[in-house]
Amino acid sequence: MPTLEETAAVARVGRQTSRLVHPVAVHQFASVVGSKEREGPLGPAFDRSYDDSALRNPTFEEGEVRLLKEAVMLVLQKAGRSPGDVDRLCAGDLLDQNVTVAFAALGLEIPTYGVYGACSTSAESLALAALAVDGGYVDLAVAATASHHLTSERQYRFPVELGVQRTPTSQWTATGGAAFLVGRGEGEAQITHATAGIVRSKGIKDPNNMGAAMAPAAADTIAAHLRETKRAPDEYDLILTGDLGLVGRRMCLELLGEEHGITVDEERFLDSGLLLYRRKDQDVHAGASGSACSALGLAGFLLPGFAEGKFERVLFVATGSLHSPTTAQQGHVIPCVAHAIAFQRGGTSV
Amino acid sequence: MDAQTYLKRARTAEPPAPYFRNALLAFVGGGAVCAIAQAVLNFFIGYGFKAPDATGPTAVVMVFFASVATALGFFDNLAEWFGMGASLPITGFANAIVAPAMEFRTEGLVLGTGSRMFQVAGPVIAFGLATAFVSGLVFLVGQRLGV
Repeated sequence: MPTLEETAAVARVGRQTSRLVHPVAVHQFASVVGSKEREGPLGPAFDRSYDDSALRNPTFEEGEVRLLKEAVMLVLQKAGRSPGDVDRLCAGDLLDQNVTVAFAALGLEIPTYGVYGACSTSAESLALAALAVDGGYVDLAVAATASHHLTSERQYRFPVELGVQRTPTSQWTATGGAAFLVGRGEGEAQITHATAGIVRSKGIKDPNNMGAAMAPAAADTIAAHLRETKRAPDEYDLILTGDLGLVGRRMCLELLGEEHGITVDEERFLDSGLLLYRRKDQDVHAGASGSACSALGLAGFLLPGFAEGKFERVLFVATGSLHSPTTAQQGHVIPCVAHAIAFQRGGTSV
Repeated sequence: MDAQTYLKRARTAEPPAPYFRNALLAFVGGGAVCAIAQAVLNFFIGYGFKAPDATGPTAVVMVFFASVATALGFFDNLAEWFGMGASLPITGFANAIVAPAMEFRTEGLVLGTGSRMFQVAGPVIAFGLATAFVSGLVFLVGQRLGV
């Protein structure tokens, strides 16, 4: 058995990046979405969907709990496991006090860590699950994330039936839940590295322009990941960001070039926020957002791509705006963070 | 890139707001609201109301229409299209009261519906009253001075 120092020498690639020492993979994944997501381009890839009324009643919040809980139950069902086999649930959502996680976990009897990273929650919870599995602290973990358009409208913006015109930079909070079963051993999508983000802001205060607010954090984390792993961007088939949207994606590419000297092939730099809906037809302005957005990009695009053998290596970068309605109204900047996870096709060496 | 430069650059990356289309739709939508209100007004006048007295019940009927549209869930879709054309007339005010009243019903009649129904319209009432007071004062002083 290697000593702690020997392990650390391999595992700690840099201040932000950890390399997983053992083979750890996402062995199964599941997704539950609303009707708008079902009608989007990724629709056929999702496991289950509900019409709006099922996710509105009796309350919006109960609809969100349903999305998260069913995603967790479904991933276990697909893997032929039961909740008793899972040592840890790392889960997060967008609501105050992470209540969706609390109510979804109630009755599941799985030891649970609640995670908050706003829209970066998917990568954050997946990283924590993968690191815990890699370290041998848990055998099997589930990372799960949910958000609901209506609950977040209510919490962050206005009552849903209020007639307001959305600004062109605004993004549409996705309705959905996704769960990922993480364990040791080879799988179709191996997790090789996790890069933790540093909280950044470049002065954007408008909560209707979260893409531009998050772009600096995304560029920073991508640059840190490439620097610390000594990899070039073209070693990845794809860099998939969480919910930068139209404006954020553009700004992220510009920042990567100008501040970090990294040129990324635009065709291999995709954003879940732009994949989830048909942007023009579905009236979502600058794209999708919400903690479910990046998770659905993972469950509806990235992981199915690995299963079909389309990718060798992908860098998944989920970005989060860490403001609250209170801080935004008080005129503060939006602190943002981005967490990255490197995936690699199973059976290939790192 | 410093914060100021970044803000400027982010501006240029934004998709343009369709101001002309919005203004045109607001004109059409607001005009339609006013035309309906005029029809209601004429209806009351037809029933023997004097024109100044008919404005009160007309406003009530317009508020009723907007409240029903909100309750049935399509007012917000109209407002997304017609913008200020739907929001600025009294229909928008009705929507601003009914939408939160519905939304927070799940939190109880008193602390949900009762206390939150003014969440959006509260400022309109507060500043509306303040403005009415100031303009009343100006009117009174002007009258006394014989302006």
